[in-house]
Amino acid sequence: MTKRDIVIVGAGPAGLAAVVAAYDAGATDILLIERDGKKGGILKQCIHPGFGLHRFGCELTGPEYAQRYIDEAEKRNIETLTNTFVIDITEDRVVTYQNGDGIFSVQAGAVILAMGCRERPRGALNIPGTRPSGIFSAGTAQRLINIEGYMPGKSVVILGSGDIGLIMARRLTLEGAKVHAVCEIMPYSGGLSRNIEQCLNDFGIPLLLSHTVTEIHGKERLTGVTVSKVDEHRVPIKGTEIYFDCDTLLLSVGLIPENELTEKAGVVMDRVTGGACVDAKRQTSVEGVFACGNVLHVHDLVDFVSSEAELAGRSAAEYVLSAQHCEREAIPVKAEDGIRYTVPQKVRPGDEAEIYFRFSDVSRNVTVTAYAGDTALAKKKVPRAAPGEMQKIKIKVPEGCGSVRIGMSK
Amino acid sequence: MTERKYTCIICPQGCEITVTLDGEEIVNIEGNTCQRGKTYVTEELTAPMRTLTTTVMSASGRPVPVRTSATVPKEKLFDCMKEINAVTAPKGVRRGDIIIDNVAGTGVSVVATADGE
Amino acid sequence: MYDIIIIGGGVVGALCAEALSKYDAKILLLEASYDLAAGATGANSGIVHAGFDAKTGSLKAKFNVRGAELMPALCKRLGAGYKNNGSLVIGFSGDEEQLAELYARGVENGVKELALLGKEELHKIEPNVSPDAVAALYAPTAGIVCPYSLAIAAAGVAMDNGTELEYNCRVTGIEKTEKGYKVGCENGKFFETKYIINCAGLHSDDIAALVGDTSFTVTPRRGEYILLDRTQGGTVSHTVFVCPSAMGKGILVSPTFDGNLILGPTSENVTDKEDKKTTYEGLQKVLEGARRSVPGVRAAAITSFTGLRAVGSTGDFIIRKSADNFLTFAGIESPGLSSAPALAEYAEQTLLSDGAVSKKKDCYKTERRPAKFMSELSFDEKNEYIKKDPAYGRIVCRCEEVTEGEIRDALINNPPAKTLDAVKRRVRAGMGRCQGGFCSPVVIGMIADRLGIPYERVEKCGEGSYITTGRTKGDVK
Repeated sequence: MTKRDIVIVGAGPAGLAAVVAAYDAGATDILLIERDGKKGGILKQCIHPGFGLHRFGCELTGPEYAQRYIDEAEKRNIETLTNTFVIDITEDRVVTYQNGDGIFSVQAGAVILAMGCRERPRGALNIPGTRPSGIFSAGTAQRLINIEGYMPGKSVVILGSGDIGLIMARRLTLEGAKVHAVCEIMPYSGGLSRNIEQCLNDFGIPLLLSHTVTEIHGKERLTGVTVSKVDEHRVPIKGTEIYFDCDTLLLSVGLIPENELTEKAGVVMDRVTGGACVDAKRQTSVEGVFACGNVLHVHDLVDFVSSEAELAGRSAAEYVLSAQHCEREAIPVKAEDGIRYTVPQKVRPGDEAEIYFRFSDVSRNVTVTAYAGDTALAKKKVPRAAPGEMQKIKIKVPEGCGSVRIGMSK
Repeated sequence: MTERKYTCIICPQGCEITVTLDGEEIVNIEGNTCQRGKTYVTEELTAPMRTLTTTVMSASGRPVPVRTSATVPKEKLFDCMKEINAVTAPKGVRRGDIIIDNVAGTGVSVVATADGE
Repeated sequence: MYDIIIIGGGVVGALCAEALSKYDAKILLLEASYDLAAGATGANSGIVHAGFDAKTGSLKAKFNVRGAELMPALCKRLGAGYKNNGSLVIGFSGDEEQLAELYARGVENGVKELALLGKEELHKIEPNVSPDAVAALYAPTAGIVCPYSLAIAAAGVAMDNGTELEYNCRVTGIEKTEKGYKVGCENGKFFETKYIINCAGLHSDDIAALVGDTSFTVTPRRGEYILLDRTQGGTVSHTVFVCPSAMGKGILVSPTFDGNLILGPTSENVTDKEDKKTTYEGLQKVLEGARRSVPGVRAAAITSFTGLRAVGSTGDFIIRKSADNFLTFAGIESPGLSSAPALAEYAEQTLLSDGAVSKKKDCYKTERRPAKFMSELSFDEKNEYIKKDPAYGRIVCRCEEVTEGEIRDALINNPPAKTLDAVKRRVRAGMGRCQGGFCSPVVIGMIADRLGIPYERVEKCGEGSYITTGRTKGDVK
């Protein structure tokens, strides 16, 4: 079995940023493994602008943003295997992968998990009706249009107002399809306000809040959908049905971190994020196994994926370069009052950490406070809190505290 | 006096900006957290501009992603699309290559954002 | 002129074809749909029942017990998924008497190893069933099978032995001829044959009527199902039933052969033989019903679907000669899948005694490699395959870890897949947790290449079910 200091699984934005950061931190013996034929991950099909404002101070498209990191990785001559699929990771960091040359195992000093996420499919929603063709997850439709060059349909209803759904509403419209409406089961959109503005309002596409698709019609190809208003418990209200004549239904109903490998490695998971539980360095419960990007928790901005991945990359380098690993006892970070989750989920006294978090609900003019015991460590005012927009708060974890709490007050 | 509300699209923060107008004259702009917000709403009031991203078909039959090198008038988006749809990117097109010069008379060029095949 | 035409490529028709394909006979399998197993075979619980449920002396009882006996070896031979996981009929307070009756009936039907369990024993072998369950009938011989892979594998072996297959051939007319029959299809094709086996499922009454047999009818009974993610497959290890009612065996909770958890079915008599819609109420009922017997069932669905069971008017299987040299299998509702191997055995014996087949071929196939086989191999074995053909190393469907080589084989090997759903049924590409989100653009391309058709003409499940509507750029080029 060969040995490598660091094996990174996934060459999307997270894996690429991690690889560069780990290399620059002195760990140069790195293997980067990518299941697709090209580096760049999902950014390859995200041809719209909006990436990199935080990072590079300018608006890049997905391919452009990815290319900046691909160039950096290539400058460092990082060995990369494409069309290669990791099939197993063990608790003692043996990574087994498969490609057209065979099956290989490598002993890694550290592993960085950067596999990204996948879309929730129709089945997960149990939408009643028939099972015709013409139902796509938004990302699949995006790939068909932008990578393969084929239209998924001509007359479209979109369920879910997450950013991918909004972006696809514009994309389909530009390509000549008619987008009848974007339906959102929640009373607020899961996407960025700017995307509602420039992807829907610019084109006069209605956003139907508190609405969901309640029946799918059509035997071979989709012929229409029934949309109903839902009550505050998200239960469809009888009598509110609207029928849309359409040939396509796009689903943008959530992303799920792709953690099958993480679980094989025996990593402790966070049921809220769907990703691993990590410390401030993005190390999981399994020593030497780190996670970053959308496999850890779904981000809404790639810029934050890059920063998180750089942190994971540096941490992994530090881990393999230091002779001993004696860490202090970790303490939990607890999400309280109006906060849905935090990443990291644990920190150590002395850590200077940026805590990413999401709100549970929509509200205005709130104050987020990080506490150690009763002492406020940091405060942050947020004019518009929305679950769709990830936030962060910087703290220094004091000595001798048993936990950190993040809570919201109005 | 009239008030108009805008969601700024310049960055992910999406500030809600309120513009107070006296006739056509801007009296007050509120809610923006940076200068670019101000520029954005001023432009929205007079001549809204957008960056257009789409694809062009390449000689190999695979699409190549492109963008406008600067913003174009919002009302010209579909005119731009029409022109872009009619061209084929040459074989071996590289990112940064100009695909169309002065698209739809906007003075803006259409540029490849990734390498083609 | 064919010797035998089998109408219907469900599990019964496919197994009949397989059983008869070893004889010196020219056989044609006619399938109305775009693929085999597209009807009830493709949408049922996938349970091999032990055989205690059917009334003693009924055809259902007889064929079920025999079929269940044949199933393990048959599946092994054909490379279809089978697992002997055992079943439990759980009883709540007041159900004890019914369980005792089932037990007695099972013993009389010849079911082996049946046992009545008390509360403690039940919860010991199946800890996640409802704490309110006080007793159970345990049938260790019951199993789970992947029904469509069984049908497809059987048809594949039959075809390897020379049986011909026609998709999209809905039979609309049968004429008596001097030597046998002339079978006409909706698409204008017609075929002549000496013998017909009618395995047309929901439409077996319509087919029999074409030769004047109107002695029975078949009505559809809708059943809605929910399939859960593999992470939930271990919720129970046995197939868990509740006490049966007049409308069927109730809502079951069972692992599937492929490691998912299946819940369902509902049970509703309908008239439309095409109505495969799922309903809000139905899916609610499935979840509620499942949670009554296994309260911890999570709503981690990956898909839901409706199956239509073919219920015969006699209350039993209908196995009869509709005319000379015309054998009908109708009303093959549950336990039809369990009985199918025995029904094929019966068909073989009947055709032998009718003289429709006699001499076996000198050389014929009886075995087949599983369609999705790579994931079952050891690393060394995988390496052997990959060395010979790198396509066996390249994974296309990441959720089910299906390789390019396996998908390509599904497009080439008998019976060839022509649509996205047909590929899915053969090798599970697109059947996992992302439901084809990642792999379908690639698989569509592979199908287009294989069939020599444009990308936009590739279909999901037969005519009209196109997936893309054409090129972007307004079809400029």
